[in-house]
Amino acid sequence: MEAVIQKKSEKQGIDEVMPSNEPQDIQVGDKTVGKPFADNPKMAMRNVNVHYGDKQAIFDVNLDIAKNEVIAMIGPSGCGKSTFLRCLNRMNDTIESCRVTGQFILDDQDIYHPKQDIVPLRARVGMVFQKPNPFPKSIYENVAYGPKIHGLASRRVELDEIVEVSLRKAGLWEEVKDRLHSAGTGLSGGQQQRLCIARSIAVSPEVILMDEPCSALDPIATAKIEELIAELKQNFTIAIVTHSMQQAARVSDRTAYFHLGKLIEVNDTKRVFTNPEHDLTEAYITGRFG
Amino acid sequence: MDTSMLLVVGLLMTAIAYIAGRGRSISVASGVGGVKNLNSLPFYYGALTALWCGIPSFLLLAIWAIFDDYFISQIVVQELPEHVKNMSESELGLLMNTVVNTAQNSSLGLSSEPHILQAAERLRGLEQTNQMAMTVAFISAGIIMMMATWLRIKSNMPARVHVEHAFKWLLLGSACVAIFTTVGIVLSVLFESLRFFQSVPVTDFLFGLQWSPQMAIRADQVGGSGAFGAVPLFAGTMLISMIAMLIAVPTGLMAAIYLAEYAHPKVRSTIKPVLEVLAGVPTVVYGFFAALTVAPVLRDTGSLIGLDVSSESALAAGLVMGVMIIPFVSSLSDDVITAVPQSLRDGSFGLGATHSETIKKVVIPAALPGIVGGVLLAVSRAIGETMIVVMAAGLAAHLTMNPLESVTTVTVQIVKTLVGDQEFNSPKTLSAFALGLMLFTVTLVLNFIALQVVKKYREQYE
Amino acid sequence: MNKSSQNVTLEKVNQSLARRYRAEKRFRAYGIGAILFGITCLVVLFTDIIGKGHSAFFQTHVYLEVTMDSDTLYIDDPTDPQQIAGADYLAVVRASLSERFPDVSGRRDKRALYALISNGADFELRKKLEADPQLLGKTFGVWFLVDDDVDTYFKSRSDDGEGGFDGRLNEKQITWVESLINEGVMESRFNTTFFTSGDSREPEQAGIKGAIMGSLFTLLVTIALSFPIGVAAAVYLEEYAPRNRFTEFIEININNLAAVPSIIFGLLGLSIFIGFFEMHRSIPLVGGLVLTLMTLPTIIISSRAALKAVPPSIRDAAYGLGASKMQVVVHHVIPLAMPGMLTGAIIGLAQALGETAPLLMIGMVAFVVDIPGGITDPATALPVQIFLWSDSPERAFVERTSAAIMVLLVFLISMNTLAIWLRKRLERRW
Repeated sequence: MEAVIQKKSEKQGIDEVMPSNEPQDIQVGDKTVGKPFADNPKMAMRNVNVHYGDKQAIFDVNLDIAKNEVIAMIGPSGCGKSTFLRCLNRMNDTIESCRVTGQFILDDQDIYHPKQDIVPLRARVGMVFQKPNPFPKSIYENVAYGPKIHGLASRRVELDEIVEVSLRKAGLWEEVKDRLHSAGTGLSGGQQQRLCIARSIAVSPEVILMDEPCSALDPIATAKIEELIAELKQNFTIAIVTHSMQQAARVSDRTAYFHLGKLIEVNDTKRVFTNPEHDLTEAYITGRFG
Repeated sequence: MDTSMLLVVGLLMTAIAYIAGRGRSISVASGVGGVKNLNSLPFYYGALTALWCGIPSFLLLAIWAIFDDYFISQIVVQELPEHVKNMSESELGLLMNTVVNTAQNSSLGLSSEPHILQAAERLRGLEQTNQMAMTVAFISAGIIMMMATWLRIKSNMPARVHVEHAFKWLLLGSACVAIFTTVGIVLSVLFESLRFFQSVPVTDFLFGLQWSPQMAIRADQVGGSGAFGAVPLFAGTMLISMIAMLIAVPTGLMAAIYLAEYAHPKVRSTIKPVLEVLAGVPTVVYGFFAALTVAPVLRDTGSLIGLDVSSESALAAGLVMGVMIIPFVSSLSDDVITAVPQSLRDGSFGLGATHSETIKKVVIPAALPGIVGGVLLAVSRAIGETMIVVMAAGLAAHLTMNPLESVTTVTVQIVKTLVGDQEFNSPKTLSAFALGLMLFTVTLVLNFIALQVVKKYREQYE
Repeated sequence: MNKSSQNVTLEKVNQSLARRYRAEKRFRAYGIGAILFGITCLVVLFTDIIGKGHSAFFQTHVYLEVTMDSDTLYIDDPTDPQQIAGADYLAVVRASLSERFPDVSGRRDKRALYALISNGADFELRKKLEADPQLLGKTFGVWFLVDDDVDTYFKSRSDDGEGGFDGRLNEKQITWVESLINEGVMESRFNTTFFTSGDSREPEQAGIKGAIMGSLFTLLVTIALSFPIGVAAAVYLEEYAPRNRFTEFIEININNLAAVPSIIFGLLGLSIFIGFFEMHRSIPLVGGLVLTLMTLPTIIISSRAALKAVPPSIRDAAYGLGASKMQVVVHHVIPLAMPGMLTGAIIGLAQALGETAPLLMIGMVAFVVDIPGGITDPATALPVQIFLWSDSPERAFVERTSAAIMVLLVFLISMNTLAIWLRKRLERRW
């Protein structure tokens, strides 16, 4: 299945394909080592290639994401991990020059099928972004927005409940319950990011994509978000892109290592950080480049 | 019902369609277990029903309203007696005018000929029937479309997708208004100009040295043979624009340089808006100022030093126009000067150049394309400026380059020809459109070049 | 580089230093001069207009005792509205004047005497009587408008009676006026007529209400059309349009239209709206349509800038939740860009309010006495009224023209202030 997407471009955080200072002596190879496939995949990606104009950003990636697991994607900047993540709920549709090929299956459903409506897709696969981006509206409105546009609540009481439950799950309820109607942009950075997480879980997605959710936050806020991820695992499948190996080690069940648009190694997180199979992975986690 | 009433009814109908569609989707939803099992929110079902009800019926109304006059008059003409029908087309047109006036009981329709009265009676009857038919067709079209959509509403109907499509087309249509406007301008000036050039050769118009559009109505009348040589107008326009640019370019440029390079940010943020007030003053005010204040002052000063200055001198209009254009030049130049990278300035300062040397030798040459673009835009504005010259410049076409004399411009002649009562189709009236065509072409070319130059310049430093 | 050549350089630099600093000073002086020139022009323009126009806000009135004598008025039945409407009120005014100046005789002198009072005096009396029929037969005092020549004379004379501009007044008329002034029954009062009536051939009865209403209706049409269309076009170009030739063509069109002379839009209106669609001349509807086309490029360009300023992260956030394109645009992008778009629209409208040339083309220069009551009534606009009055020879019209300009400028300045305030107040920093 092939889908060609052409939309208007926006200047935003696309991982630019640029050669990083990788060690020259290690062969990249064409096959992913480790365990890219899962027994009960929530999402299954096959032969994924992504081009920005003439430049290829992702080369032939195959990966499964299992139900209720947290999968971390790591790798040097420009390795295509964010690009890959954004393909999973078709956020790349908004970039004009971006062309995605390959198969993306979510519970037997082809994400890039021409007849696939992206609205219900994104309701099922939510996303949290690098920089906290609350709407310039009240905290309540931020969380209620998703349920409203998807018609998830028919009465005000239901909506109130969804808002409260989502904020509780995001660990923000106690901090904001007295000022639900003040602006979401008035919160601190860490709170804003948890608000964004609450906003995405309010839609009850099945998968949550997180694109470096802590990169703009201080260590304490980061710790809170990481705790949150561990809790969310019970109900959601989470794919997280991070540039912090410690974070990947702390929160994830499996880790995928990307290098120059190729998926080098996927394995249980413990294994990746203690005994990587691929030399490149080892070089990266031991800090020889980054 | 008359047309404005129909519009109100149509809007009401559309509103009802929205409510009906929305309600239908909610009742459909209750059968499938709530709104969340619908394909789209109830709003979209309502909007879709409203669109299907409103767009076809209003379209029908528009088409009907455009063509009904034609068909009615055809029917009336067909039923006129034979001898009348054989008249020439223009006579028939006059006759139909009488019929229309008679039908409207206007004082102009004072005809008592039986066939006219009969035709008028018939016309009135047809118009009433037409109005009735139009009302019925409009309302029933709306209701039928509303019902049809209403019945199609199901839980899996992708209403949102349809509405989004309609929304996108609506936006595209709005964006195309700009194209329609350009096409409208071209068509309106081009067609009338072509008719003008049928009676006056293009070469006479472009190269003739005599402009006196007054045509003799009777053959023996004194007053003019109707000469349409536009060179004096072009010369006059150029003279006044040149005077204006002589004022505006140095002043505007120096002001921009001072504000961008020397002035303290606080001074800059106060002076800039003050200068821009000059751009916000309506041109009619400048015209009044030029005609009632500047021109008399110039004339009096002239007579003091023994110069004969016309009270409608090109100088007065040009001076005031120049003042009007100062902020235009200065804000455009300011933009391009501030876009020059600081590194260029630093390089020059590092060699020990003074500030003015840096500006003259480095900043201005670097900003030159942008400044030229801005000046071209200013020229195009000066050429097209109307009110100042209409009020302060002359009406008679003199071919002169003496700024103290009275000259006339292209815009003055357009206004003079088209304001007030005109005889349609006379070369005099049509000449205004030919002048309009010239004005449009020249300003278009200037704008196009200027915009390209500025765009290239911007890209260079981005 | 050796020592001596360094010395040579230094010497040369030092020699030229004085000259170079003089050039520097000169250059700065040019800059300051240019700015001062601009500001001076602005100051001269405003003082000239205000100097000419301020006096128009006051109007000379004269106090006369009139007797509403039913015989003079030819009214036998005060309950009959037709009789009240058709009565000869001028006769009452004349009688009152004759009483005050009993020694004026001869038709010519009498006519000159009557000419001192505005010929709208009868209208004023009729209004009084219509409002209160009880006044019939009573004697009471009324402040009447004087004729514009008297008004000009009164305004231009100094307090001791010197140096009045006599214009068309003859010697006898001046004596009468002076005697009225000496009696203290002539005074300057606020000129309400100027704000409450339409155009007139008589300067003292001419007002700008008709023109203001005309401008208002024209602007209503303009805002109702240009704002939605402009915003929709901007949204299309910023959020939807694919990058292709067609989009580029639209953009070139918009940029060029922004610089097309306004009179060309007038020609368009004349031949398309009036010629082809057979709309009426002189009506605000057509004026509004023409000004819509003229202001659209401005509104589109500023709206696009406002849309560009909305950060992409907001769009991402909404898309990430599964909002559709239209929901993203309608729920988030447009509300956030609204202050900027409004500011642009107000500036565009201010431009449209001051525009004259296109309105001349579509016949909004007619002499319209009645105050328009809708978008299809014949009307003029404020700037066109200024143009019309500036052509009138009476000195009293010059001051009215300037006063109308002051009113127009007040409108424009308030609109621009509103735009700046909106921008400051609602602008969001990201």
